[in-house]
Amino acid sequence: MPHSPPTAPVVTAPMLGLLAVLASAPLWLRAVGLYQYLAIEIVIWMTFALAHNLLLGHGGMPSFGHGAYFGVGAYAFGLLQQRAGAELLGGLAGAILCAALAGAVVAAFISHRRGIYYALLTIAFGQVMWFIAIKWHTVTGGEDGLLKIARPPLRLGGFEWSLVSNDAFYYFALGMFAAVVLFLWRLVHSPWGRVLRAIKQNEMRAAFVGYNVWLYKWSAFVLSAALSGLAGALFAMAQNSAYPNVMSLHNSGFVVMMVLIGGGLVSFWGPVIGAAVFILARDLLGAYTETWLLWYGLLFMAMVLFQPEGVAGAWRAWRQRRRTRAAMHGAARHVANNGGA
Amino acid sequence: MALFEARHLHKRFGRQVVLEDISLSIARGELHGIMGPNGAGKTTCFNVLTGRYRPDRGQVTFDGEDITGLSPRAVARRGISRSFQIMNLFDEYAAIDNVVIALPAVRVRGWSMWRDLARHGAAYDEAAAILQRVGLAGKEQVPSRSLSYGDRRALEIGVALAAKPKLLFLDEPTAGLGAEGTARLADLVASLKRELTIVIIEHDMHFLFGLADRVSVVHWGQVIAEGTPSALRANPWVQRSSLGGLAA
Repeated sequence: MPHSPPTAPVVTAPMLGLLAVLASAPLWLRAVGLYQYLAIEIVIWMTFALAHNLLLGHGGMPSFGHGAYFGVGAYAFGLLQQRAGAELLGGLAGAILCAALAGAVVAAFISHRRGIYYALLTIAFGQVMWFIAIKWHTVTGGEDGLLKIARPPLRLGGFEWSLVSNDAFYYFALGMFAAVVLFLWRLVHSPWGRVLRAIKQNEMRAAFVGYNVWLYKWSAFVLSAALSGLAGALFAMAQNSAYPNVMSLHNSGFVVMMVLIGGGLVSFWGPVIGAAVFILARDLLGAYTETWLLWYGLLFMAMVLFQPEGVAGAWRAWRQRRRTRAAMHGAARHVANNGGA
Repeated sequence: MALFEARHLHKRFGRQVVLEDISLSIARGELHGIMGPNGAGKTTCFNVLTGRYRPDRGQVTFDGEDITGLSPRAVARRGISRSFQIMNLFDEYAAIDNVVIALPAVRVRGWSMWRDLARHGAAYDEAAAILQRVGLAGKEQVPSRSLSYGDRRALEIGVALAAKPKLLFLDEPTAGLGAEGTARLADLVASLKRELTIVIIEHDMHFLFGLADRVSVVHWGQVIAEGTPSALRANPWVQRSSLGGLAA
């Protein structure tokens, strides 16, 4: 009997299903009363939430200041475009690099911490970066932010696609999202991902079997920050601007709420579900009332109290119950058929 | 030459001196016991020897190398494994995954971010063999938090063995085990004896005296007596103490 678990396929059915739904979105969005720009935001926030969940869900590191790296990506993309003439891919690469760098510096100060201390330090560093974004007028444009960030065309092997329309840009953002999904899926099943999950469960044991716990936590933070930076750069393109608000504490809080409501702690797909629920709730509830965040906050509290494993956890529990019931029915039938014999 | 040697270890926490002056010498292949009353500094002694705490004074050498004050990771990589008195496992992981993560072959691949760990079939086979060794065959896929207390103790030892240590430290391995579990554990430790060098902290004198080649008695942060189990039974302090009654 082989002892190794089944290997994770490169592409899974939920992945294909999700991509099919998202790729066909422009065909049915308007029919259900939504609009193209909303789908762009959803895909970007899904990317950000997945990046954040690498730390929170897979690594057990509560980063509550993650808007900072999203923001660094957004500002870096804008600055590289406006000051250094960077085009699309150069700008994205630069944004990823800058966010990774910011993450590397912060992680160097916090990776020996755990739990509440870790969380507080991430908030503190996030606030520092938000403050810099507001005060460093000559670079960041202060409270106004960077305006007129363009969506440069995608140039690949002599072809050129304009991303100016929301439809075209949506597909580009979706492509980036798909790449992040494929990468993270491999990552969490790789030795590195499995070690990170072991560290989440028991740091001391991991150290005593010879792992450099600090370096694993540090590298997880850097990767997460880098992918958050990518999401931030896409957001700058989507909004045609970068402004301090994306780095604020409540933006950092949103991504945590997305991950938790979706069920990032128990499922790879939790952050994706959570981001969709959050943005849709913002738009649909927001259409009825300006105080939508109050209602959403109450929903969040109810969720944490009664369904702490989020939507993905509820779904899993429901399927588990169904399977148990089916098994019991099967057993009962078996007994009924054979018991009398 | 001794495989492992500690000389004049001293450790204090604030104003409380926990280790006064500990010297131990452990020969290759030996099974060495450490006993003493509660609060005598046995576990602190272990923690200093395995790198969790750095001693204030004194020196620890392993295989001829000075390892004083090295990190747990560095100590582990040199071939010293340990179990814990309070169990320390990867609770969400199945028994086999606990062992797989502890294998050096997996550790050196730890920075691989692409290849699925499940493709390293050899690592899982090796881990399964270790689980069989510690009596957990058939429980490979059980999450470690769902294992019985005795099985968790056995898994602790399995995780420690996974590193292929030259020296194995066991911190009160029988704590919380019933007579049956203790007997099972004694069989396991006896089967490991001679294959690697083992140091055991233990309250259970029957267990320890039945297995150990030599025993050190630690009290007031010092080694107050040392010798073979039979010699120690004749030791006046051991006889006088409540522990002596058990040993007789």
